[in-house]
Amino acid sequence: MASVTYDHVVKRYTADLTVVKDFNVEIKDKEFMVLVGPSGCGKSTALRMLAGLESISEGQIRIGERVVNDVAAKDRDIAMVFQSYALYPHMSVYDNMAFPLQMQHMKKPDIDKRVKNASRILGLDNFLQRKPRALSGGQRQRVALGRAIVRNPKVFLLDEPLSNLDAKLRGQTRIELQKLHRDLETTFIYVTHDQVEAMTMGDRIAIMNAGILQQVGTPGDIYDHPANLFVAGFIGSPTMNFVPATAQNGSAKAAGFEVKLPKSLPAGKKGTLGFRPEAVTDRVTDEGNALQMKVDVVERLGSDQFLYGQVGGDSVTARVDPRMKVDPGDTVKLGLDTRSLHFFDSETELALL
Amino acid sequence: MTIASERVATPAAERPFTPEWLGQVFSKGLLHVAVIGITLVWIVPTLGLLVSSFRPLDQFSSSGWWTALSPPFKFTLDNYTGVLDASNLGQSFFNSFMITIPATVIPVTIAAFAAYAFSWMKFWGRDMFFLALVGLLAVPLQATFVPILTTFVNLGLTPENVGFVGLWLVHTGYGLPFAIYLLANFFRALPTDLFESAEIDGAGTLTVFFRIVLPLSVPAIASLIIFQFLWIWNDYLVALVYVGGTPEVAPLTVTLANLVGSKGQDYQLLTAAAFFSMIVPLIVFFSLQRYFVRGILAGSVKG
Ligand SMILES: Nc1ncnc2c1ncn2[C@@H]1O[C@H](COP(=O)(O)OP(=O)(O)O)[C@@H](O)[C@H]1O
Ligand SMILES: [Mg+2]
Repeated sequence: MASVTYDHVVKRYTADLTVVKDFNVEIKDKEFMVLVGPSGCGKSTALRMLAGLESISEGQIRIGERVVNDVAAKDRDIAMVFQSYALYPHMSVYDNMAFPLQMQHMKKPDIDKRVKNASRILGLDNFLQRKPRALSGGQRQRVALGRAIVRNPKVFLLDEPLSNLDAKLRGQTRIELQKLHRDLETTFIYVTHDQVEAMTMGDRIAIMNAGILQQVGTPGDIYDHPANLFVAGFIGSPTMNFVPATAQNGSAKAAGFEVKLPKSLPAGKKGTLGFRPEAVTDRVTDEGNALQMKVDVVERLGSDQFLYGQVGGDSVTARVDPRMKVDPGDTVKLGLDTRSLHFFDSETELALL
Repeated sequence: MTIASERVATPAAERPFTPEWLGQVFSKGLLHVAVIGITLVWIVPTLGLLVSSFRPLDQFSSSGWWTALSPPFKFTLDNYTGVLDASNLGQSFFNSFMITIPATVIPVTIAAFAAYAFSWMKFWGRDMFFLALVGLLAVPLQATFVPILTTFVNLGLTPENVGFVGLWLVHTGYGLPFAIYLLANFFRALPTDLFESAEIDGAGTLTVFFRIVLPLSVPAIASLIIFQFLWIWNDYLVALVYVGGTPEVAPLTVTLANLVGSKGQDYQLLTAAAFFSMIVPLIVFFSLQRYFVRGILAGSVKG
């Protein structure tokens, strides 16, 4: 059990290839922290520096109070679950889980107790003598978890552990992992490129792009208050609507409509107006915040209805009441909830409100 | 990989009489014809040798072996009894084993360690050394005889002093470049994640080698053992050059070749002798062939 601190951490492969830039984040004890970002943004590298699999070019990583920059991977008291699971193919499930304990020269009865305990938690009791190749994807994934659990580590590192599972199993495992986190009362650091996983599992989320940390916060915080254009576009599905706009006195003017802003911005400021599909409603409460949408595609999902169309030439997605009758080709009048409007500076891409 | 792509991939073969089906049947047939053809071409000379080994001398020297396949049949075991009677066959078998087993075990063992270092350990000049080593494959073995023999004599590593040791050493030297090359390529193809996982689990370099690399490389090592064993068992030249042809030290190949008189008489005995010398390689091959086939595939096809 321990906190983890990244303190101005940099990873440089060559002089002009820096894949993690000035990375600062503090992960609290027993927290479930999700590191999320598009593929190739440096998440795995950040995790692998903590694991001791990559050297740290600059800065400090601390586990608890201990600086681990020069500590060997095996002495960092962490356990890692790989995307490929990295099970030893020639060893039985039991031996796979016992291996890290044997490396610590633990006594056989103790090893046995720990392996049995982990396999009970994970429901692997009946598979202990099997080889990994005789297991399903989900079972393999659990063996990989088991191998981490038996070590009783201070920090669990998971690098895209669900991406080799099919959609249904992924949903189940997501819940099981959260339960596991609660039972083990250990710090989890979880890397994924999937924003749904990040939103559903993380106590807090750290979003990365191109080696740079964009924002850290609770899922709700990040969803409601994205710090910049990248975060706003990355989190949420369908993605947030982005419309080029110019700030005026207390309002923002886009090509096809004008809305009142909850906060006044400098007049003439150019930027991007952002609003989530659910901020567009079929009830127009205020004529000042209405927009005319020419609908191209209607998607009915039972609980939701998505309208894809054009507002003054800009593409907009709206999530409206499923009972609203709309057909492709219609032009509908929709309202905009001004409480969930975002405005991003055209130069810095930072959120101005 | 995904379930969906597997589903897409199968159906064409199961629906008969479509153009795809015909194409597949045709190309499969072509493949079989080619494989059988190649196999036949390779087998025919061996078959000829086998038939000849059962033919009496007068037939043997006057007509082709295929004539023996039609009546009147005239077969004899003379050639085999001739070989058995000829001389110290037991001693030769013993010598062959004495040469072949250490000359297989030593280089394969060294190669396994070296290949592990070349593929998974970082050290200065690694790629350069590896390249130099692979370059040694191009050195013709005959060109090394004189310098090595001179060195051996200077060092006192002659057969009178050390028996087969000198021969083991040269076979080790000749075998290592290929052995290291083959194993390093195989080791390198093992997934990186396994090594990283083992590192986090606390396994040291030697533990990783013995508990992970070796067990996963059984097919490659078995193939290598077969290669090396066959090469040394069938070797005539190197043994003759380094230990000479006296009966006390000559391996089977040398002894059998000596059956033929200096004027070329009794050369029909060679046919039977050839089959004699094949017995052990065949036993080795068939007992390890399970791994051999897998080992050949292992480099190209994953898993
Ligand atoms: N050993 C390496 N040498 C050079 N570049 C690397 C190396 N490992 C990773 N990279 C690069 O670093 C970037 C980040 O990689 P990674 O951390 O694996 O991304 P992610 O896990 O977010 O998908 C990628 O662009 C990748 O090409
Ligand atoms: Mg990654």
